[in-house]
Amino acid sequence: MRDAHIERLVEIVGERRCLWRPHQVKAYACDGYTAEEGLPRAVVFPETTDEVSRICRYLYENDIPFLPRGAGTGLSGGATPTGGEVVISLARMNKLLAVDFDNLRAVVQPGLVNLTLTRRVSHADCYYAPDPSSQSVCTIGGNFAENAGGSHCLKYGVTTNHVVAAKVVLPDGDVIDIGAPFGDAPGYDLLGLLVGSEGTLGIATEITVRILKKPQALRTALAYFDRVADASDTVTDIIGAGIIPAAIEMMDQLAMQAVDKSNYHVGYPADIEAVLLIEVDGLAAGVDEVMSRVVDICRRHRVREVRVAQSDAERALWWSSRKMAFGAMGRISPDYIVQDGVIPRTRLTEVLQKIDEVSQRYGLKIANVFHAGDGNLHPLILYDSRVPGEAERAVRAGSEVLRACVDAGGSITGEHGVGIEKIGEMTYMFSEDEIDAQLAVKSCFDPKGIVNAGKLIPLPGRCVEVKRARKIIEENWQILDSFPDQAAVQARGVFSQEAGREASTSAQG
Amino acid sequence: MVNEPTAVEAKASDFRFPDAPEEEKYSVCVHCGFCLEVCPTYQAWGDENHSPRGRVYLIKACAEGELPLDESVIDPVFTCLDCRACETVCPSGVQVGALVEEARGQVFFARDAEGKRDPIMRFFLRGVFPRPARLRAIRRLMRFYQRSGLRRLVHATGMLNVLPAQMREMEDVIPDIGRGPAIDVLPETMAPRGETKAAALLFTGCVMDVFFSDVNEATARVLVRNGVEVRVPKDQVCCGALQVHAGDRDMAREMAKRNIEVFERSGADYVAINAAGCGAALKEYPELFRDDPAWRDRAVQFSSRVRDISQLLVEVGFDPPKAELPMTVTYHDACHLCHAQKIRYEPRSLLKSVPGLTLREMPDSDRCCGSAGIYNLTHPAMANELLERKMDDVPAGVEAIVMGNPGCMMQIRLGVKRRNQPLRVMHTVEVLDLAYQREGSR
Repeated sequence: MRDAHIERLVEIVGERRCLWRPHQVKAYACDGYTAEEGLPRAVVFPETTDEVSRICRYLYENDIPFLPRGAGTGLSGGATPTGGEVVISLARMNKLLAVDFDNLRAVVQPGLVNLTLTRRVSHADCYYAPDPSSQSVCTIGGNFAENAGGSHCLKYGVTTNHVVAAKVVLPDGDVIDIGAPFGDAPGYDLLGLLVGSEGTLGIATEITVRILKKPQALRTALAYFDRVADASDTVTDIIGAGIIPAAIEMMDQLAMQAVDKSNYHVGYPADIEAVLLIEVDGLAAGVDEVMSRVVDICRRHRVREVRVAQSDAERALWWSSRKMAFGAMGRISPDYIVQDGVIPRTRLTEVLQKIDEVSQRYGLKIANVFHAGDGNLHPLILYDSRVPGEAERAVRAGSEVLRACVDAGGSITGEHGVGIEKIGEMTYMFSEDEIDAQLAVKSCFDPKGIVNAGKLIPLPGRCVEVKRARKIIEENWQILDSFPDQAAVQARGVFSQEAGREASTSAQG
Repeated sequence: MVNEPTAVEAKASDFRFPDAPEEEKYSVCVHCGFCLEVCPTYQAWGDENHSPRGRVYLIKACAEGELPLDESVIDPVFTCLDCRACETVCPSGVQVGALVEEARGQVFFARDAEGKRDPIMRFFLRGVFPRPARLRAIRRLMRFYQRSGLRRLVHATGMLNVLPAQMREMEDVIPDIGRGPAIDVLPETMAPRGETKAAALLFTGCVMDVFFSDVNEATARVLVRNGVEVRVPKDQVCCGALQVHAGDRDMAREMAKRNIEVFERSGADYVAINAAGCGAALKEYPELFRDDPAWRDRAVQFSSRVRDISQLLVEVGFDPPKAELPMTVTYHDACHLCHAQKIRYEPRSLLKSVPGLTLREMPDSDRCCGSAGIYNLTHPAMANELLERKMDDVPAGVEAIVMGNPGCMMQIRLGVKRRNQPLRVMHTVEVLDLAYQREGSR
């Protein structure tokens, strides 16, 4: 039944905090990215840094692959066990360890939920700024791993701008402190390296973050546009006018339809192409004036209607409507893949047209929800995994969308991470030498290459082999015909599947 | 394993009985995880298996033949409190409660087929709750037990120690059983005061009428006071919620049919219900008749007329009490009111209408108290943890905790008793009734 490795894990965390029976671990087959799944070898729930360290040390010594997991809301498959890994769930390490209100610092365990931190410090008029849409469930550890962003990153920056120090368990179980709660830590910026490393270099078990004083006042406006181009020009002009809004969000008609069918119904007009949600914050004395300038700019760009929220409840509804948009896709489609491309803001209209072309070509609907202020697109490619081949098509469509972003001078990810989902596109964005440089860093931390392997940085070796294999198969397809029937069919199935995957995720064919 | 083809060849579902969890319900879940943090069991354990998303995922896996219907699915499906907090936040509108109940139905049928019945559970589900005469007998026994001195004797001799701790404690907080169940005490028809705004069938329920028949009587008085004619058909039966929660859907269907017929014969405009759990169950009767179009139509018609008492009073228009009731209270949102029926505003507006009454909100008032039907008996550890959290949240300086569900009332009475606090546990309608009674004595 259970092997010696499981026995050892149970010794470390106890019977109740170790799941290993195949049926118990099924629920850990994927995270918020559902297009690919795999069963973990076991799931463990440590509660202390020491336990994490002992788990890592044992697994590393015994060459057993592992990966960390927070709330499992990630959208790029960063927590998906693709190689029978042991999943180290940090969900039970969810304490707020210390708060220093005078110096505006908080020390948290990785499993603490993002919004819970804000709630726990709000009595002192403080909050934690990075606000991914999933902030009510995602963990700060997960945010750390993915360098998560959010609607208000336009003004306040992403996770890396708010993490100042961390205690990290390295793959071999050693525990180090990196960064500095105050001032700059001399030496190499290991903290900068770890934030956004997607659990491939180590596991943060204590994270020191900045907390901020809440802005004195804020104003939120909702603006309906007949044409996307007008909405897009509005965004450019607002920022061009020297205004730094706290957030500018955009949704297209399809996204509006989905969210309007949910509990977070706003009642968007059915014939507008885009809605902008614009927030400004700062000193009470200035916000009204800034907001009236924003409204003027909207009017100059043929806005159909622009309203400023009249109550906290109204503002909260508008924000929920935006933040629940991904989850609301279930109202119009059984599955979706969300992309995370970034483009120069000024090329929005043109890239949206390209996305529309991709949508037509693949026969898949694509809804658009994005952080318009910083050019971070979230095209949601809708598909039905029950229809044979549709998931694969959706992955390919997503890949094309990302390439369009790179071609426009942008990037394949703004805040969701690379994970397994965009690993193929990494080679489109970076040269082989650039990838090698990244791999060199990885091997310093994880020479065995077993910590969340196959995520973030593609192994060029594998790419080369797969490409070579595919070439041989393509050139010698007829050989398969001479095989006994069943074997040939099987082999063809395997190869075409592998080749299909290669075509869908690798860049230079 | 890395890249399993998504379109798997059809495997046989392990839900082998009729009325199984439906594809159109579970396929709506996009696995975003926004439900995790509101789920009491996930909050406590941090285990994906015991989260709404996890449960739906496992139900789906079982339906698609990826998992057998064994502990891997059964445990998570039965640790669910059925509190529906996940449904309130779910952007995609996944009906987690219905899916869990349907999955429990499969477990119930499977156990039946394997001859693995739980005789005690079955006795209560089939032998007691659906049978008004037996409910009355139990009620009489309990009243006799409380009033004859037998209870004192039992307590003095320590006989109760044979019961599990949870039941022993529960015994201790059973309210004083009144003269008779409302279904017997109340006349068949009660004429309203002033002009008749509507006629309502008063649904007296099972637990409510055994333990809290006073609340039923208060409900009738408050309705009459507000121009609603009250009809109390004597042949109504328990709503069937306990059966649905336990998976005994066949029995629940029989009970639903009876209640639908009783309502149709009564000619009333509304079904008035003061128990959140029953209200939700009555409103969800159509779910039981998915495979029976004729009954489904009748169930839809019936359900469209069901109103929680607070909802009905706000809908037909109620008179704010004229007498002062100087009291500071807090309000607990019963899961089956706020999550299952989306009723939050109405009970509060009733309370706020009472002159002199101060409503002090408690944090996370819509987090489950752990009662959850019979969950506090089947899963005492989790139920106790939730009760402790609930009691921690009660604001200082309140005299009463007000709510709209008998299960919560029993559970919170237990919490009050444990903490030895001078707190009353009241139904919303009792507060209103108290205020109306003071009008007379001015």
